Amino acid sequence: MTASSLKVGARVTLAAGDFQHLLDALAGRGYRVMSPTLEDGRLIYGEIGKVTDLPIGWTAFQEGGTFRLEHRQDQAFFGFAVGQQSWKQFLLPPHQTLWQAQREGSGWGIIPQVQEIPQFAFLGVRSCELEAMAVQDRVFLQGAHVESTYRARRESAFIVALNCAHQDPGTCFCVSMGTGPRATAGFDLALTELLQGEEHGFVVEIGTDRGAEVIRQVPRRAATSGEVDAAARAVAAVAGNMGRRLDTTGIQELFYDNYEHPRWDEVAARCLNCGNCTLVCPTCFCHTLEDSMDLPGAVAERRRRLDSCFTVDFSYLHGGSIRTSPRSRYRQWLTHKLATWIDQFGCSGCVGCGRCITWCPVGIDITEEVRAIRETAAGPPKE
Amino acid sequence: MTANLPDPMIPTPFVVQKVKRETSDTYTLDLTRAEGAANFAFAPGQFNMLYAFGAGEAPISISGDPARPETLVHTVRDVGNVTRAICRLKRGGVLGVRGPFGVPWPVDRVAGQDVLIIAGGLGLAPLRPALYHLLNHRGEFGNIEVIYGARTPKDLLYLRELERWRGRFDLRVHVTVDQAEGDWHSNVGVVTKIIGRTRFDPPSTVALICGPGVMMRFTVLELLNRGLKPEQVYVSMERNMKCGIGLCGHCQWGPFFVCKDGPVFRYDRIKAWFDRREV
Amino acid sequence: MAPKRKPKLSVWKFASCDGCQLSLLDCEDELLTIAGAVEIAYFVEASRAMVKGPYDLTLVDGSITTAHDAAVIQRVRRASKYLVALGACANSGGIQALRNFTDVNDFIDAVYAKPQHIKTLKESTPIAAHVKVDFALNGCPINKHQLLAVLSAFLQGRPPMARSHSVCVDCKLQGNVCVMVMGAPCLGPVTHAGCGALCPTYHRGCYGCYGPKETPNPAALSAWFSQRLGMSEANLVRAFRAFYANAPAFRQESEAHDK
Repeated sequence: MTASSLKVGARVTLAAGDFQHLLDALAGRGYRVMSPTLEDGRLIYGEIGKVTDLPIGWTAFQEGGTFRLEHRQDQAFFGFAVGQQSWKQFLLPPHQTLWQAQREGSGWGIIPQVQEIPQFAFLGVRSCELEAMAVQDRVFLQGAHVESTYRARRESAFIVALNCAHQDPGTCFCVSMGTGPRATAGFDLALTELLQGEEHGFVVEIGTDRGAEVIRQVPRRAATSGEVDAAARAVAAVAGNMGRRLDTTGIQELFYDNYEHPRWDEVAARCLNCGNCTLVCPTCFCHTLEDSMDLPGAVAERRRRLDSCFTVDFSYLHGGSIRTSPRSRYRQWLTHKLATWIDQFGCSGCVGCGRCITWCPVGIDITEEVRAIRETAAGPPKE
Repeated sequence: MTANLPDPMIPTPFVVQKVKRETSDTYTLDLTRAEGAANFAFAPGQFNMLYAFGAGEAPISISGDPARPETLVHTVRDVGNVTRAICRLKRGGVLGVRGPFGVPWPVDRVAGQDVLIIAGGLGLAPLRPALYHLLNHRGEFGNIEVIYGARTPKDLLYLRELERWRGRFDLRVHVTVDQAEGDWHSNVGVVTKIIGRTRFDPPSTVALICGPGVMMRFTVLELLNRGLKPEQVYVSMERNMKCGIGLCGHCQWGPFFVCKDGPVFRYDRIKAWFDRREV
Repeated sequence: MAPKRKPKLSVWKFASCDGCQLSLLDCEDELLTIAGAVEIAYFVEASRAMVKGPYDLTLVDGSITTAHDAAVIQRVRRASKYLVALGACANSGGIQALRNFTDVNDFIDAVYAKPQHIKTLKESTPIAAHVKVDFALNGCPINKHQLLAVLSAFLQGRPPMARSHSVCVDCKLQGNVCVMVMGAPCLGPVTHAGCGALCPTYHRGCYGCYGPKETPNPAALSAWFSQRLGMSEANLVRAFRAFYANAPAFRQESEAHDK
């Protein structure tokens, strides 16, 4: 096939048997390929080299507070909805030493730490995850101050998106949030897995010139219209089978006018304020800075660490915390995620990935909480 | 106001030139850069993240004169680990500075107006630079009145300066305490009681307020009752801060990041959130 | 402010397995630095020195289970400027507080050939039930790095800090996939951080060794354990009746299921 047919927007087909070539092409360009993989029977995002490192033939049953890996009847490479981990851990590491300070006479001097900027290729990025990265881009790249580690890692990351197909979207609601299941932008390549009897391959959409360069090194042929249709149908099937729905009509007013709604007390009775929802959420960005000193008092260090608004000391202000009750902390998280985030960044903080529902140890479901508040909502406050 | 220090996440060492004990737990430190360019430019109402070696950082309002940027002045109260370490510094000690950050008082947008400065306790520290600016450009403004209240006479800041300001003919200063002690013969009572004695023309007045939450709440109410509109009132808020530059999420108050949308807020913008509890 | 002469450190043991004070001796690399920075005035496990108080920093390991110890802790507190209670025993009564849920004499009769020679209090109580504790370092045993941080903070003249959020925060930061959502009961969501989420890192549910976290919700967790993970009432009692059995939040929860 001619080089000119590898333009942005072109679609080619890659046979499952040739998938290793894609991994090799990425590795050959110096990328560390991070992908869904199984480690000790757990679905994580880890570094892979071989096709056999993918969770081939696996799927996951997901419900509130429940995740079970199960075997599939077929050998799909990506036959599952998102797992617990998100890509945010690679773009802004959960732990990072920012600088050290050393005593010098009566003063001290700062020694900045050189930050590692790995060249990642993310394989299997869902549309909701692309949207989550776009949300974090607004947080970290579009303010007066830019997060430099995030920017460097984001710019160097090669993205192979994956349009969701052949999977049970257990707790997903990307359709409600307008974030999927089809990836429309922000990728170098986008794959849709095709499984039809003996035929197993991927329709690959070229998203950037960089993506075209990589595909040039992989055995492929032009995708037929039949294949493109089959891909679209598989994705549409997922879209029509969402695990949850969230009505976002007037969602800001819903939260702003219902600050004292009794539902907050009800959910607070069930909420463990453990912080898991914030830690699995692909857009939650809150982090803290911790200062320490060695025992002799000669070297001090500042570290950044991912944090959660569910901790009591998150809102500590000399004398006490502002959000001491568990109720106020759950309310803070959900209001921020669905409502105040829009004021802050011009988009919702939620991409409908469903992780907070699956990975809440007691299965609290934000779509249910919103529905409950809507059903018995107060009107706007009287002036 | 853009930061005039290289990397907003790395503290720059400043040396303590002078320490003045204001009250039993509050100190004013005069600082100069340890090396490099001499001046530290800032706008009144802005704050710095001050770093005490090994202990951590605290957000502290700048309390000096913006027209004298060769010295950086901070007034700090000992309320925790970090502020205690800062308050223990002596001349020659070194402090880390990141900043200046935050939205300042609107002193360059209120020409021709009467200005009310109302401070409670340590709240006078972030307002002092605003007052300096107004006095440095006195002709540009109408009446200027300061109301300053503290718990007891021993808690009053900047005593000598207060006396000098009271001696000026182009400024009215009212000082009050909640509880008189010793030989205090001036006003006793909360700051809101003094508002009635001020002379301002509501349509062309601006009020700048800083102090404990309760004090600000009642002060705002009183001012609105006396004819000021919410767009004419400014408050300075505080919240837990870590990064100071709007990236870590700690200082959120409803939709606002106090470090970058504040700490100074025009009241009409925040009034829906102002009285909410545990937000 | 840390005094100019070397501060005097004393370490006291009450009813405990000794693991918490052993954590100090486990700080092999830092031990020399510590020995250089403080005067080890009284630390029976480490040294024969028996220097009289007052002590600048006192570490207390173990719970109070005898009348003798109840008297000693009062003297220790009077002789100490700053007192830190180490571990589950000192902060909640330890696993020996299982006696608090029943009649301790039944245990004595079962264990000792001549029970008449045994004198002990009915309950095992934490240090804070007897004297003011300036800082509580939780764990069973405590984390030696946290102990070093306490010593470090003390030497620098400021109060130490140990975050009391859930184990889940540390567990997620390690990159662990949640054992509970994968089907195994785990006390992490109600347990105080500090161990680095040790057990979930090895795919086991948390045992609650560091005691209740800040604002815990054990009732919600128990409801899930019983309704979704099929845990029996008897096992619910056992889950909350371990090293921190006598901590109020865990105690209430185990008692609620012990009918």
